[in-house]
Amino acid sequence: MSNLWIRNETLVALVIFAFCTLAAISDPGFLSIATLTDLLRSGIVLGIFAVAALIVLISGGIDVSFTAIAAFTMYVTAMVLNAAMPWMPWWAAILMGMAVGVCLGAINGFLIAVMGLPTLIVTLGTLSVFRGFMLTFIGQKQITTLPPGMREFGRMMILRGENADGSFYSLHAAFLATVLAIVVTWFILHRTMLGRQIFAIGGSVESARRIGINVAGVQFFVYVYVGALAGLAGIIHSSMARVANPFDLVGLELSVIAAVVLGGARLAGGYGTLTGTVLGVALIVMVRNSLIVLGIPSTWQSVAIGVLILIGTGLPAWQAKRAAARAA
Amino acid sequence: MASDLVTLEGVTKTYSGITALDGVGFSIAAGEAVCLAGENGSGKSTLIKILAGVERPDRGRIVFSGAVQGHLNPRLSAAAGIKVIFQDFSLFPNLTVAENIAFSAELNSGGRLVRKAQIHETARRTLAQIGVDIPLTALVETLSVAHKQLVAICRALATEARLIIMDEPTTALTEREVRVLLDIIRRLKADGVAVLFVSHKLAEVLEVCEKVIVLRNGALVAEGPASDFDAASLTRHMTGRDVAATPPAPLAANAPVLMEVKGLHKAGAFSDVSFTLRAGEVLGVSGLLGSGRTALAKALFGLVAPERGQITLDGRSIALGNPLAAAEAGLGYVPEDRLTEGLFLTQSILQNISIGRLDAHGRGGILHLDGLVAEARDWLKRLSVKAPNPEAQVRSLSGGNQQRVVLARWMARSPRVLVLNGPSVGVDVGSKAEIHGIIADLSRQGLGVIVISDDLPEVLSTCHRVLVMRAGAVVDDIPAGRMNEADLAHRLAS
Repeated sequence: MSNLWIRNETLVALVIFAFCTLAAISDPGFLSIATLTDLLRSGIVLGIFAVAALIVLISGGIDVSFTAIAAFTMYVTAMVLNAAMPWMPWWAAILMGMAVGVCLGAINGFLIAVMGLPTLIVTLGTLSVFRGFMLTFIGQKQITTLPPGMREFGRMMILRGENADGSFYSLHAAFLATVLAIVVTWFILHRTMLGRQIFAIGGSVESARRIGINVAGVQFFVYVYVGALAGLAGIIHSSMARVANPFDLVGLELSVIAAVVLGGARLAGGYGTLTGTVLGVALIVMVRNSLIVLGIPSTWQSVAIGVLILIGTGLPAWQAKRAAARAA
Repeated sequence: MASDLVTLEGVTKTYSGITALDGVGFSIAAGEAVCLAGENGSGKSTLIKILAGVERPDRGRIVFSGAVQGHLNPRLSAAAGIKVIFQDFSLFPNLTVAENIAFSAELNSGGRLVRKAQIHETARRTLAQIGVDIPLTALVETLSVAHKQLVAICRALATEARLIIMDEPTTALTEREVRVLLDIIRRLKADGVAVLFVSHKLAEVLEVCEKVIVLRNGALVAEGPASDFDAASLTRHMTGRDVAATPPAPLAANAPVLMEVKGLHKAGAFSDVSFTLRAGEVLGVSGLLGSGRTALAKALFGLVAPERGQITLDGRSIALGNPLAAAEAGLGYVPEDRLTEGLFLTQSILQNISIGRLDAHGRGGILHLDGLVAEARDWLKRLSVKAPNPEAQVRSLSGGNQQRVVLARWMARSPRVLVLNGPSVGVDVGSKAEIHGIIADLSRQGLGVIVISDDLPEVLSTCHRVLVMRAGAVVDDIPAGRMNEADLAHRLAS
């Protein structure tokens, strides 16, 4: 039935393995701690976004506004802290960012869960509204001097070292935030009744209502949770970049959703794993960062990612279709 | 009356001026199985909704275990032990069997964390209670329809159930699966659980129920012990008239052979099927689920490609595995699941009928709408489709009328042979009799009709001859007149 071979996770893992092998053959320096930390670093913000996109997809919805929430959050937080509370420590800056994200997520949650509007339409709308509001009323100029708390966070490393060739490598502390986001989300999805209800709603909203699940309440939680994760990702992004650029992040949302779908989540809802999501993100990050190593021009990135998505999601779908045809 | 579990008194419900239920009153005792019979639109669904607490009655009262309830709400109703198993089962396809079974129990327990051991324990206990074995960790989407239904029953049992309402529980099941279900209902009754059974399949109903209630146009028209009813009297109460099951008119002895099938074979589906069909003959193909009857039906119309074999119509060979060639040669196919395979639900009735005739009414790529519409209207009349407005969406029609629209589409193409897969699945008794009447008409006009069905009375009353399929092979080819129902059931299962 659902054997290991037609699962997206297995396929993606195989492609990652093949990619690494190819890269290592064409550049012996590829298999190094420097490459690894480089990939992990690139995956920090993308990973948090992907976890957020996953939980929405499982609940049967889709959210494209999380990048705008992240951009809004980092810009407003940096501005407010600079102007009024420069003494705030780094962890308070993160909490404040998450709080802003929760508020914006609650707007999505209200429109979707309470008003019952379609998720794609609502989040397409709020994506545009959040971004436009920020650029029109708050500002368009980059904030190049971040508040001290965020600057301090930007310098935090959990790993530092020097390669044999004298180059340096490091891993940012924000990596732990990504790991934490994955662990917390895993716990919610698989160890709490709330998580089971998120899966149930994604499987069949009507059945969920009939069995007495508070559908609106669960949906509201999902969008608020996504807001919190997006806020976190926003603060991390600007702290690591050491600048709050209001034009950053927006535009990434479809690649993130693509990574999650590549990892086996279904757009129709009800299915998706964190393992698959992590693998999907890993593959996309690798392709983005390392095609150069293989001697492929960087303009080919989007072609390569598109082909991967077509193969990665098309192959299992095609196999499922053939299996169904054989069973008929 | 002390042992009555639930009593309804004078329950009335109207929807925007239309009376759905009119002063309905009856009672159900603990451990009793009651059959609620009625045609579509008789008020059955409204009654289920009121008991489930989804709808509140305008007048009347409900007494549950001695306590008067003006109306129930879904939580109150569930807490009182009233469980509804909907026709679509309302399961979660993406969750495991155990999670589905234990979901409401866990939800009601108010715990915040997933208690895996508890969930598996609940699932094991309820599965054991009805005496079936389904892997606990299988995803529900991978289960057969029969197993999904069993999971739904287990879910109802997982929290204290005192009255289980089953909405059309047998429509999707084969005869053998219905037997299993009836055994389970007997076990539930022995445990003191009352069952309210809503079914179109009348023979089965009579076997397992103590009491029968018949609704017609929102009013209770008959009530009594099941032994007082038989199939004919139930039908009479439901429809308000006699719907006789007349055997088909005998076939002319010199009727020419219309269609010939030789050695049709597809590995894993059906093997070496050969038969002939004469003009005006109604041929039944019957078999249990998995016997290959559906694959054969589809292969006849080219929807499934056989590996070898030959189909000839009027002496001309038809290309295999090509629906277009089959349609052009004069074959028509009415699928089993007309909703997903046969109709454009959101398009109008007229569009649905005329879709197969576009080529006949077009010249040089331009469509002559007047002729097309006139023809479609004519077929609506000839098949007496009850539609207030031919421009209305097909999904607004009842099951029986939808089936007629599919038939009308094929009739408009004047086919030589019609393959009807489950022609009366999910339609009410009155429409069923009318569809059987249409089949008899087609036969009189000299069409060949192939009826694929596991509804034994239907096969016996409409067909001249029956092919019995087992494990992909045609094992019997017998005139319908020489069999009774028990006989045919035995041939299907052995």
